[in-house]
Amino acid sequence: MTHLPYILSAYGLTALVAVALSFGAISRLRSARKRLAQLDPRAR
Amino acid sequence: MVNQIATSPARTGHVLHRFANPGRFLRLAAKVQPYLTVAALVLLTVGIGWGMFFAPADRIQHDAMRIIYIHVPAAWLASSGYLALAVCSVLSLVWRHPLADLAAAEISPVGAAITAVALATGSIWGRPMWGAWWVWDARLTSVLVLFFLYLGHVALVRAFDDPERGQRAGAILALVGVVNLPIIKFSVDWWNTLHQPASITLSGSPTMDSRMLWPLLFSALGFSLGFAALVTARLRAAVMERRIRGLLLAQAREGNT
Repeated sequence: MTHLPYILSAYGLTALVAVALSFGAISRLRSARKRLAQLDPRAR
Repeated sequence: MVNQIATSPARTGHVLHRFANPGRFLRLAAKVQPYLTVAALVLLTVGIGWGMFFAPADRIQHDAMRIIYIHVPAAWLASSGYLALAVCSVLSLVWRHPLADLAAAEISPVGAAITAVALATGSIWGRPMWGAWWVWDARLTSVLVLFFLYLGHVALVRAFDDPERGQRAGAILALVGVVNLPIIKFSVDWWNTLHQPASITLSGSPTMDSRMLWPLLFSALGFSLGFAALVTARLRAAVMERRIRGLLLAQAREGNT
């Protein structure tokens, strides 16, 4: 495969951004859900 | 007829406000989220796997063209994400839709990240193809302006003590920035650019081999659903955080009385 370092850099960078955004969203959602359950146990 | 026309914005507002109830939104979003995420992952795996390992290499660009399976979807999504931001801004300014404000605030960071991906992957592709990481070409420059518009929105929404003022200022900026979308789209036709013209248009048949086109379309759909899944997750968190702030405020008021 030609231009392999360029291809790997592009895909690696995209994967890094996707993983960072996903983990950010998941951790924010988890902590909000936990905090809300502590404050209002009826909340879902 | 006149009455129908006169009341139609109010009716539209009423329909939209049915989905403004935070509890209803959270229940609906919790159901939709797993489907969006799984569909995005499957489409991305198929699209990128197909493009990387089964689609043929380009005659001129060789394997470097495989970068388009992420660059093109990211670039499309950068523009369509901004359009979604503008729609939320209209909903916020015209109908004062409470979820539209939150959605706009959650779209702009994800949009900025995806625009950065489009710019970076384009730059990585440009180095072996053009011999330069960056050129001040109309397409590249207008996408860079889009990136700054997203960042401006992120900053402006958070710049005021009163969140409502920040959201309104952000909505105005988002609507002003819409003028950049046709500039991005038509920059390759209006100016003599190094960036190639569109290979896929709504009016004509694609100038791309179908063996490359299909993985690109799968990848683009996967990117779009992934974007929707991310924004939905962030929006769910934002709705919960707003509820938390409300509950803490209520508790503080009770403590004072």
